[in-house]
Amino acid sequence: MSNTLLQFNSLAQLGQALSARKLSATELAQDCLKQIQDQQALNAFVHVDAELTLTQARLADAAIAAGTAGPLTGIPIAHKDLFVTEGWRSTAGSNMLKNYVSPFDATVVRKLREAGCVSLGKLNCDEFAMGSGNEHSAFGPARNPWDPSAVPGGSSGASAAAVAAKLVMATTGTDTGGSVRQPAALCGVSGIKPTYGAVSRYGMIAYGSSLDQAGPLAANAADLVELLDTMSGFDPRDATSAEQCHSVANAPGRIRSEYQSTNAQYAAQGAQPLKGLRIGVPREYFGDGLNNEVAQAVEAAIAQFEALGAKRVDISLPRTQLSIPAYYVIAPAEASSNLSRYDGVRYGHRSESYTDLADMTARSRAEGFGPEVQRRILIGTYVLSHGYYDAYYLQAQRLRRMIADDFQTALTTQCDVIMGPVTPTVAAPIGHSQDDPTADWLADVYTLGLNLAGLPGMSIPCGFGRGASGRQLPVGLQIIGNYFDEGRLLAIAHQYQQTTDWHQRIAGQA
Amino acid sequence: MALTDQEVVRIARLARLHLTEAQQTQAKTDLNKILGIIQTLQAVDTTGVEPLAHPLAAVTEVSLRLREDQVTEISSVERREALMANAPGSAQGLFLVPKVLE
Repeated sequence: MSNTLLQFNSLAQLGQALSARKLSATELAQDCLKQIQDQQALNAFVHVDAELTLTQARLADAAIAAGTAGPLTGIPIAHKDLFVTEGWRSTAGSNMLKNYVSPFDATVVRKLREAGCVSLGKLNCDEFAMGSGNEHSAFGPARNPWDPSAVPGGSSGASAAAVAAKLVMATTGTDTGGSVRQPAALCGVSGIKPTYGAVSRYGMIAYGSSLDQAGPLAANAADLVELLDTMSGFDPRDATSAEQCHSVANAPGRIRSEYQSTNAQYAAQGAQPLKGLRIGVPREYFGDGLNNEVAQAVEAAIAQFEALGAKRVDISLPRTQLSIPAYYVIAPAEASSNLSRYDGVRYGHRSESYTDLADMTARSRAEGFGPEVQRRILIGTYVLSHGYYDAYYLQAQRLRRMIADDFQTALTTQCDVIMGPVTPTVAAPIGHSQDDPTADWLADVYTLGLNLAGLPGMSIPCGFGRGASGRQLPVGLQIIGNYFDEGRLLAIAHQYQQTTDWHQRIAGQA
Repeated sequence: MALTDQEVVRIARLARLHLTEAQQTQAKTDLNKILGIIQTLQAVDTTGVEPLAHPLAAVTEVSLRLREDQVTEISSVERREALMANAPGSAQGLFLVPKVLE
């Protein structure tokens, strides 16, 4: 049996087939379960439970039969294993939580379930979202559908791989320093990280709480609208959830209506839909270290936006390089604090041999956490410790404000959106950074600033470049907007996807 | 300024991570490499810049919300058992740990 999802380019198309009863949600879920089995070599899923999935699919079919279905009813999705789920294990890619079963659903999981989505299970990721290649997972690396010897990116690596391989229609991911945008770019799918506070963090296993945001991944921008709009909204259970987005309430409908009204405005401009749009192109994003083919693909995409009527503006984000040290102080500091909860007492791994309570905790943590997580806990502990707090942590937070101010200067005085590459290169081979734990860190240079500033940003496919094995691998274009600009960003991406077909290329068939 | 063995031991103790001697040596190498990267921020003049903890505080007033002091969770033996089901050791609604007092 061939993969049913290959027949559908968009969520809307699939939704129509479901509501017209051309196929049932149950048949579709069964097919997805089979595809997941057939493509186990990707190591995308870490937990599948057919019974739980089929129960959700039957509910979707009942809703369709009763005429109460919405646009997401019956749509097969899957969650990054950083979201806690009732029923499916929630591991964060860690041995620490290998057998953890959550007594509640994350808000994002609940909202998508209530909208009728059918979950196929839990997706592999870097342990506690710490990594850029999905290699730091206790369950082994996930693979890139375009080239199984290459990484899918990370930390939401399998979230991107599962969409690219058409195992599901869409997935959830989390983005602390680029973890939605970077794997989306490396796997040739679309992904968005919303403004900090737009989506609830409740039930999302914490890494760096002032940076973490959930975001969806799917084939195209129009699909992302439906998912993100459903996921977003104020949640009293998340202390940093935004109640208002400027003067509009943070509630489902906000992003969709901004997307629709922006698209209507563009449609009224005829052949030059983006006339008047100023695209800031930061010169620091095109410096040393950027691969030629990636640069060419990104340049070609920007030229396409110009052909649609947009104007290119040269801008500067002078502290781009400094986002690396700022992020790698702040994120590990928050991680060391967040991960102190894993003590071997209330939940998680407990060592079998120990002398006393303190020894039990220290051994449980050393056994439960992988090397990258331990490194980040140690460095975070150091920068927060007495005598170093001012020099590292406060200094990084001051730099954080300067970086946020640089984005504001650009976005309020020079341009409406910012565009550039997501990554300096296409996907690297699995194992490439084995000997140097910090090699991957430097490649995060184009994505970290956004999280430090809390701004929304997305990645859409814009071309290909040659990977180490000689295969053609996807390149992503990053589009950054000002606070709560999600609807407009998605409309801009949609305009591009109306006139290009990079987002329709399918791994193995391109 | 590189970390010494003693400093690595101190950090590991603060982080509640039991490291073997070989792991300590590796950690020292890794952490010194990381410090090489993050030390570059110390050269930046940040005089007069307020530290930014909450990203939206860069553009707007942010105050942390407090919730109403109300019971929102179900209180029952079944719920307690469900919540404690992941505990490595528990009995009679209590988490079990090794003896703390002699």
